[in-house]
Amino acid sequence: MTLKYDPNVKYAKTDEWARVEGDLVVVGISDYAQDQLSDIVYVELPEVGAQVSAGDVVGTVESVKAAADLMTPVSGEIVEVNEALDDSPELLNEDPYGAWIFKVKPSDLAELDDLMTAAEYEAYNATREH
Amino acid sequence: MKFDDYIYDLSSPGRTGVDLPEPDVPPTPIPEEFLREDLPLPELSLPQVTRHYLRLSQKNYAVDKGFYPLGSCTMKYNPKVNEWAVRLPGFANIHPLQHPHTVQGAMGLMYELQEMIGEIAGFDAVSLQPAAGAHGELTGVLIMRAAQLARGETQRHKVLVPDSAHGTNPASTSMAGFTAVEIPSDKDGNVHIEALKAALDDEVIGIMITNPNTLGLFESNIVEVCELVHEAGGLVYGDGANLNAIVGIVRPGDLGIDVMHFNLHKTFSTPHGGGGPGSGPVGVTAELAPFLPGPIVALNEAEDAYIWHYPEKSIGRIKSFYGNFGVMVRAYAYIKMHGAEGLRRVSETAVLNANYLQARLLQMGDYPVPYGHRFCKHETVAQGKIAGAEDVRTLDIAKRLIDYDFHPPTIYFPLIVHEALMIEPTETEDKETIDAFLDALDKIADEARENPDLLHEAPHHAPVRRLDEVRAARHPILIRLPSAKAASER
Repeated sequence: MTLKYDPNVKYAKTDEWARVEGDLVVVGISDYAQDQLSDIVYVELPEVGAQVSAGDVVGTVESVKAAADLMTPVSGEIVEVNEALDDSPELLNEDPYGAWIFKVKPSDLAELDDLMTAAEYEAYNATREH
Repeated sequence: MKFDDYIYDLSSPGRTGVDLPEPDVPPTPIPEEFLREDLPLPELSLPQVTRHYLRLSQKNYAVDKGFYPLGSCTMKYNPKVNEWAVRLPGFANIHPLQHPHTVQGAMGLMYELQEMIGEIAGFDAVSLQPAAGAHGELTGVLIMRAAQLARGETQRHKVLVPDSAHGTNPASTSMAGFTAVEIPSDKDGNVHIEALKAALDDEVIGIMITNPNTLGLFESNIVEVCELVHEAGGLVYGDGANLNAIVGIVRPGDLGIDVMHFNLHKTFSTPHGGGGPGSGPVGVTAELAPFLPGPIVALNEAEDAYIWHYPEKSIGRIKSFYGNFGVMVRAYAYIKMHGAEGLRRVSETAVLNANYLQARLLQMGDYPVPYGHRFCKHETVAQGKIAGAEDVRTLDIAKRLIDYDFHPPTIYFPLIVHEALMIEPTETEDKETIDAFLDALDKIADEARENPDLLHEAPHHAPVRRLDEVRAARHPILIRLPSAKAASER
């Protein structure tokens, strides 16, 4: 099974992806992350209206194997969360780049430059394989 | 063996297992508003109930039935003499509110146990109150914080936790109201020293460290870790989960650890397969002794009597009465039975068994052992990544082991090893048993390549087949109500 890497998003070391849509940044988790977690059973969504800084823990993704912190790759205000995940957390397994988790109104778009490209992220994951 | 009916489904209206005697006191009517029309309790005869529960118990897996290599859980054989000891009337029939003069024997046992485990791990004082390991962690973090507050250091709020730690470490930190900061491991599985240095500042309460760690490896940097944390004004919490590897060989207190919990139910052989009860005493240095939770047992030498003692700056009670006393009696019996030399041999054999297992795994070559270049301690961590069977995962291997009549190892932990199989044989297993387990793993690797669906659909010979863990987590049904069939007959 080959993991997918989306060239249109930037990646954090903590396996979130970020995509610019208009004046918002949309955030989800990578194919690698969902594959490592296996079947996701619960997503604790961030709070709409919260002011967050890049690297803050804003939620949790829980699978049958483990619970992982969800971090925001950019600073700003959380303006929307994907409530469909409340009833269907498996969307993150089925379509990791389609199923977004939250949207941020970014305070500093330059933070995206600190994230990895798809190629860099793929190379980074290769070093993590024990 | 199939899964039986629920006890409600066996119910027959009017059937009963006991004859209640006629009341010998005047009856008092129950007020109308508390009466109910229907009470859905099963109605069965005594033999039906006996057979139902005996059959259920026979479907259970237990260390008394077979090999139970559940990593990080130390599922050693529990000597039956412990059970004899705890059932002695002087221990079994006492009440926690009895006057101390009437329970000097039980208090003496607690006092000696405090002294013995303090000596084993190198601590000056011990409280037996915490109910289990994670409870001991919470107690330890609260003690560390209390000691720093007493020094006026109110700015400290961070607890460092290595990425190989048990999940209970960051959880205990959060529960105490503090922030957990993750420290990565280096390529040998030790705490990454440079990362530790970078994280240390005057906001750090301390570090929580498990030695041997969850990779089954002795933290070779432990002394340096303790020194660095102390230099930054922090304290070192030792997670005693893996004490079984080092009893009689090295004392955590001598390494620089300030506070540590013991898992009496693991290291000192009290049954915990069903989830407890456990016992997680905490040992501390003399400096931290005034903060221990009370009461602890002290010896009043003038009166030659044991007394309840509340340390002067105690963080308070953290458990009703005195902790899980029954577990203490069992652990006491185990320690006395082995003596100092015997306990050291326990650890040596546990480590020998794990290294034999690791060496044969490396020889087989089917299951990668990421830290196999080092000797392990009481357990080894392999990976369910079989070359030529890429769509088989650790979960499938674990389920297939059930068909071979073994309890599966711990899986998917520690988190830093992909597809982890964490195997802890303990000292109570003989070579033949470990060989049989390895032979099963060997066969399973062949099966994985030849017929992967055999693994995907495993277990085949257990009372229940593969459980749908995803559905159970997403749509849990926590209460089984009487079935419609049983209800309609009522």
